[in-house]
Amino acid sequence: MRVALFVPCYVDQFYPKVAIATLKLLQRLGLEVEFPAGQTCCGQPMANGGFEHYTAGCNSNFIKSFSGYDHIVCPSGSCVLHLKDHLHDEKQEAEADRIRSRVYELCEFLTDIVDLQSLDVSFPHKVALHQGCHGQRGLQLSASSERVVPFFSKPLRLLQMVHGLELAPLDRPDECCGFGGTFCVSEEAVSSAMGLSRIADYQQHEATVLTGTDMSCLMHQEGLIRRKQLPIKVMHIAEILSGS
Amino acid sequence: MTYNHHKDHSAAAAEFLVNKERVQWHDDALWFVRSKRDKAAFALPEWEGLRTQASAIKDHTLSCLDEYLQQFEQNAARNGIHIHWALDAQEHNDIVYSILARHGARKIVKSKSMLTEECHLNDHLEQKGIEVVDTDLGERIVQLNDEPPSHIVLPAIHIKKEEVGAIFHKHLGTEAGASDPQYLTNAAREHLRQKFLTADIAITGVNFAVAETGSIVVCTNEGNADLGVHLAKVHIACMGIEKIIPRTEHLGVFLRLLARSATGQAITTYSSHFQRPAAGSEMHVVIVDNGRTTQLGREAFRNSLKCIRCGACLNTCPVYRRSGGHSYHNAVAGPIGAILAPNLDMKKNADLPFASTLCGSCTDVCPVKIDIHDQLYQWRQVLVQEGYVATGKKAGMKVMAAILSSPGRFSMAGKLARKMLKWFPRLAMNGKLNPWGRQRELPEVPAESFREWYKREHGK
Amino acid sequence: MSREKILEAIKKNKPAPKELPEVIGFASTYTNLTITFAESIRKAGGELITVQDMTSIPARIRQALPGMQRIADLVNESPDTYRHLLNDPASLEVVVLKGRLAVAENGAIWLHESDCVNRVYPFITQHLVLIVEQHTLVGNMHEAYVIMGNMMNSYGVFIAGPSKTADIEQSLVIGAHGARSLLVFLVGPGV
Repeated sequence: MRVALFVPCYVDQFYPKVAIATLKLLQRLGLEVEFPAGQTCCGQPMANGGFEHYTAGCNSNFIKSFSGYDHIVCPSGSCVLHLKDHLHDEKQEAEADRIRSRVYELCEFLTDIVDLQSLDVSFPHKVALHQGCHGQRGLQLSASSERVVPFFSKPLRLLQMVHGLELAPLDRPDECCGFGGTFCVSEEAVSSAMGLSRIADYQQHEATVLTGTDMSCLMHQEGLIRRKQLPIKVMHIAEILSGS
Repeated sequence: MTYNHHKDHSAAAAEFLVNKERVQWHDDALWFVRSKRDKAAFALPEWEGLRTQASAIKDHTLSCLDEYLQQFEQNAARNGIHIHWALDAQEHNDIVYSILARHGARKIVKSKSMLTEECHLNDHLEQKGIEVVDTDLGERIVQLNDEPPSHIVLPAIHIKKEEVGAIFHKHLGTEAGASDPQYLTNAAREHLRQKFLTADIAITGVNFAVAETGSIVVCTNEGNADLGVHLAKVHIACMGIEKIIPRTEHLGVFLRLLARSATGQAITTYSSHFQRPAAGSEMHVVIVDNGRTTQLGREAFRNSLKCIRCGACLNTCPVYRRSGGHSYHNAVAGPIGAILAPNLDMKKNADLPFASTLCGSCTDVCPVKIDIHDQLYQWRQVLVQEGYVATGKKAGMKVMAAILSSPGRFSMAGKLARKMLKWFPRLAMNGKLNPWGRQRELPEVPAESFREWYKREHGK
Repeated sequence: MSREKILEAIKKNKPAPKELPEVIGFASTYTNLTITFAESIRKAGGELITVQDMTSIPARIRQALPGMQRIADLVNESPDTYRHLLNDPASLEVVVLKGRLAVAENGAIWLHESDCVNRVYPFITQHLVLIVEQHTLVGNMHEAYVIMGNMMNSYGVFIAGPSKTADIEQSLVIGAHGARSLLVFLVGPGV
């Protein structure tokens, strides 16, 4: 099984520890993981801003970098959703199609492909899980609270395997944090207000750690938390699951 | 009560957010409605199946819309209902006025109709010296306060009870300082009873128009539509072309979804079926296009016409709850408004599809399965292509695309950005230059990127 | 003409034909319609009294709505007792009508135009009393429309509870513009 690691552009530059944790977690499970060196970005920043027609370069570079792998794993639901919905290339549509069906968000990969049943890590803290919307509603990583379907949550199930970890119940377990790509600056006031009300929910339930499947949501909330100097540590779910 | 000189959504939202306590109150009130909706939806095991049926009925109807409209027209006419067709808002207003003029009507009572809001009917009639009284309590409150509704189901959700007390004190002579909802509602009841009893003509909206019977269905909790219609000699019902459903049995599906989605009630208090004017009375239905046929032709956006105006997407929207309905400067606010408005005027409403994080809650809550957040994404593409987005943004996006598509440029730019942040953190944190830093810290800058680490660790 | 322009634009712009779903609606699974109906009436803000037959209803109305003078009981009383009241509907305090059928799931009671006697009565009266025969209960709206299909030809209304509003700060207030209260008599030998 050839597994490629796709590291979102901003994680590569600002959160290398999240990529390292993802890599180590996958390696610990006995997987051979490669990091294709030519990779850059999925193209989502342009596309969500209305400039999907500027993403051809990103698309062809992505296809070039990730052709030939059995699975492509990425520690971000948002980037994976973008690829699944929008990775196209007129010149190599068959390969684009193949990649779209083989790209996985980390928790999804651990659950559906690896079929992970247990983890030998411990994390004795009270943790709030932020369900990134694109992962949750877009990739169906967990049941959204609007839909009348049996409850499931892939990230939650994985966190429950961690020894000593206590999950903080939340009043609004899947409300958006307000990051939203360029939204976080173009609608700064609403974006910050949304983030702050998520954080109030974590504090209300005495969480000391905030985790999630998307570093972008977490970067935004971490920015708010650090500005207010609140006692909540922010970690990507890969960091907890890898025991790093 | 129109929005001629509106601020864009972001600026209006920032203004709304200045009063944090009020925003919290607004957010809580709407979340309470969303929670009631959840309880009602989860009480029906077949909820998702109902959504699927409702969506399929609407899809089918849109694919034969011309045939069903004609069937509706024929059956309604056979029952003695006068049918009118209006291409746009102006023609709709002219038709309504011509009916009033023919009857010499001066006093009108109107129950809730988002279509007449969209057409600015009140302004039109008032300019001609006609008294139009909105009879839905929420609508009456905003009408007396000289502002448009901020929500399609809860028109005065942005107004506090103390403010309602002040508005009623000024206009209805209630006690100064009174804020008890029971007292204020009763005052409105007494005030509006007189309006009902003396009105010449009643105007209503239409929730559903049934093609096979030529009948219309109007849903209210207050009973204001029926009181108006049954006490006036003439009933004018205004509907968009998309209100048609083929058969009576389809009402069973939609009436089970509508109130549960809107307020969490199992059904509205009154679901009135009008198939024939009462003896000695007259009934008119005005069928309005106003851009809907254009939307029908836009493949990516046509299914926005499935909307039954329940308001669930507004209640669930974390952006709407924190920016208020007026920030959308359109008769229909919230996520559904943001995909309907650009069809009416792309230039004026180019900001609205960007007033979203694309979280998708609207899509999941929608009882007729409109892919609202996907349409927001699609509208962004269209608005950019049609040139409705600032040139500065376009230039920035072009640079970003060039950097992000090349591994060499990306590594270099990344290194540079991390150095810039390290050396000039205050520059990056200047709120005027970079809105990120107004309320947020930047991430701590790592010494090396992942790719640098990986190269070091794995050689080559 | 606008009519032609609109229909022409639709023909040009409509999508390819899509079929209606083969099955519409869902069969209800309520085991006891009376209990479900009673619960729904309560949730809708109404009050429900079960009676074996109609005879006790007039007395029970006076008991439940004490002090009311202008009562038009269009079901149990002879027209002579209320005819004069109907000249001034706005002064009606209590109107008593009989529903055609009722829906257990949501408490909605269907009145056909002839059941209303005059369309405005159920709305203009201060208090509304509706009589429902137990055998007319159905589970949900789909089942109601199957039965109602041939009843509809002029006007009809589902009424679920008294008039209400929550337009001021989401505070529920009973008695908006229509009836301030709804009293339902469910009549049947087994209730």
